[in-house]
Amino acid sequence: MANLCGVIGIGQTKYDAKRIDVSMPGLVREAALRALEDADLSFADIDAVVIGKAPDMFEGVMLPENYLADAIGATGKPLLRVHTAGSVGGSTANVAMSLIHAGIHDRVLTIGWEKQSESNAMWGLTISPPFGVAVVAGAGGYFAPLIHAYIERSGAPEDTGIRTALKDRQNALLNPLAHLRIPDIDFDKIANSPMLWDPIRYLESCPSSDGACAMVLAREDLAEQAPTAPAWVHATAMRSEPNQFPGRDAVNPQAGRDAAADLYKQGKISNPRKEIDCAEIYVPFSWFEAMWMENLGFAPEGEGWKMVYEGATALDGDMPINMSGGVLSSNAIGASGMIRYAEAAMQIRGQAGEHQVDGVRKSMGHAYGGGSQYFSMCLFGKDKP
Amino acid sequence: MRDVGILSFAQSNAKSELRNEVEILLPVVKEAVKASGLARNDIDFTCSGSSDFLQGQPFAFVMALDGVGAWPPIKESHVEMDGAWALYESWVKIQTGEVESALIYSFGKTSPGDLAEVLALQLDPYCVTQLWPDADSVAGIQARLFLERSGRSERDLAEIAVRSLADAKDNPHAVAKGDFDAAKLLSEPYRTSPLRDHDCPTNADGATVMVIASADIARKHGQRPVWIRGIDHRIDPPALGVRDLTRAPSAEIAAGKARVGADKIDFAEIDAPYTHQELILREALGLGDGVRVNPSGGSLCTRTLFSCGLNRIGDAYQRIASGDGDRAVALATAGHCLQQNLVCVLEGE
Repeated sequence: MANLCGVIGIGQTKYDAKRIDVSMPGLVREAALRALEDADLSFADIDAVVIGKAPDMFEGVMLPENYLADAIGATGKPLLRVHTAGSVGGSTANVAMSLIHAGIHDRVLTIGWEKQSESNAMWGLTISPPFGVAVVAGAGGYFAPLIHAYIERSGAPEDTGIRTALKDRQNALLNPLAHLRIPDIDFDKIANSPMLWDPIRYLESCPSSDGACAMVLAREDLAEQAPTAPAWVHATAMRSEPNQFPGRDAVNPQAGRDAAADLYKQGKISNPRKEIDCAEIYVPFSWFEAMWMENLGFAPEGEGWKMVYEGATALDGDMPINMSGGVLSSNAIGASGMIRYAEAAMQIRGQAGEHQVDGVRKSMGHAYGGGSQYFSMCLFGKDKP
Repeated sequence: MRDVGILSFAQSNAKSELRNEVEILLPVVKEAVKASGLARNDIDFTCSGSSDFLQGQPFAFVMALDGVGAWPPIKESHVEMDGAWALYESWVKIQTGEVESALIYSFGKTSPGDLAEVLALQLDPYCVTQLWPDADSVAGIQARLFLERSGRSERDLAEIAVRSLADAKDNPHAVAKGDFDAAKLLSEPYRTSPLRDHDCPTNADGATVMVIASADIARKHGQRPVWIRGIDHRIDPPALGVRDLTRAPSAEIAAGKARVGADKIDFAEIDAPYTHQELILREALGLGDGVRVNPSGGSLCTRTLFSCGLNRIGDAYQRIASGDGDRAVALATAGHCLQQNLVCVLEGE
């Protein structure tokens, strides 16, 4: 990696079911301005903008970034729009980082967003294959069978998902920007919530949120001058695999394992659980934390659920996961991946407030999308790589 | 910057396809990969451009990936933009030194829907889209303003159509082509004044695929290397009342950054779907009257949306590769009234 890249500004909106106080331009601008403020910069200091979101059907606007161009200060600048399904927030940041790594730009603004209240995610996520049957079941309907397969394979106790959801929902109470903050949350409340897609209960599912997340990236010498010390990008990785073919393991996908291996190799990580201090992982349905612990090499195969059970992934555990409350607490889909990155970078920069983990030197952001087939990841460090 | 060369290009364009997007795309990918001299699994990076709204369902690119092949898992990305921007992302990826080669593809199938109406969804969703201004009408506003500002005439526009349609006769992939008479075209009724049918693009269904690589691989390729000497893209504000619609400042900035004017341009391939837009872009690129524009017939004769920008770059590449010119500029456009533009300068060895 020829040129180093640092995250010098981070901005997020308040996530909510309906942000009717702002338009789409107002929403993305809110995150962008907060990121610029954090970096003590203005739009004039930005060379290029890389923006990402999930399907345009979520708002009913075709190429909304063209409409948003001036609201995000992109006039007269390069504006790239990334779309890689649910992983888009992560891959958008990766593309923005590559502009710095390549030495093409000095400072890049990257934004992930979704205003889901403009449309209906269940409809927006339903694919109508030609000559096939459209199963209007949303993402939960798609992923529930994968979770069953995981339970079958690992013998995980059936309350693993409930425990994960409880941990994330308790973390969300420490994060003022989180969408779902349920003050009286407890085990029984989750266990007694309606079963949506067996084994996924209502309170084990992510919400549909409005929101945006933005980061300002800068090349090495400019990052050194940032008012708050940067989170240095140590490694980025992306992998994709097909949705369907005989032999694909959708429960523990090869693309995720390959991306993690690539990330650790670049970042010189030999024992991820030991060397990475905390991680924000894309967990839209509770069970996916246990599944991804294995996919990412934090736990041996079949034992990811034990980390949940033993409290290893809690805020005070040895491998805190989703300190912000995660996707389960805020899910503006196109932003969700970037929120993972931003929260991981905030942990490095000591900006995470009440959900800050002490002494974070290395953190990780992760996103996935499609039918568990698109992966993007980033490794951050307090020290330069 | 690292030298990046184009190894191969392939395209498919048809007035109306019965095949679906994946079926259109597959043979084109095969053709381009074969011509690149690289094995599919030896290409380091894959990047595509397409639109969910054209396909009428979310994740258009997911199904395409299943067809294109991604096993073992690949390094891959997708832009919800014309394939020309997928080329840009791939070029950046090679610049980082992480990869040495890239497969770029894009596709668009517009025949099943009413494209002019679909494109209204690109406008301000709170204040403009509800009025359903169709794309041809929006372009008509721009054309009227341009003719008034420049003193050009409807005849000038008709002559661009006549020239493009005649040039397209030599292009087996062009959809509209033939010999026409400007006076006769001008006797036809307006579609959206001052534009007539011949001023508006002939839409098509299709796909484009390109393979690029760093210098060492490109030199080993055998054919005359064609280099990407400059590539840049810019965007203008969206609101039609904010900017001067008779100019394309984003194209002008991109042309400067891509160093179009640094040397002589032998020909240009410009993604100008409407006749008057060719004149606006000629100005923005600083092309003299002597520079031949769109020897392929251009996007006026064959507009496969989300693919035709990359198609122009591919057409310019093939012309240089065959020895027909040494230095060319290609331009891809997006949004209404030339809002966003990518400029690419190609040079033969």
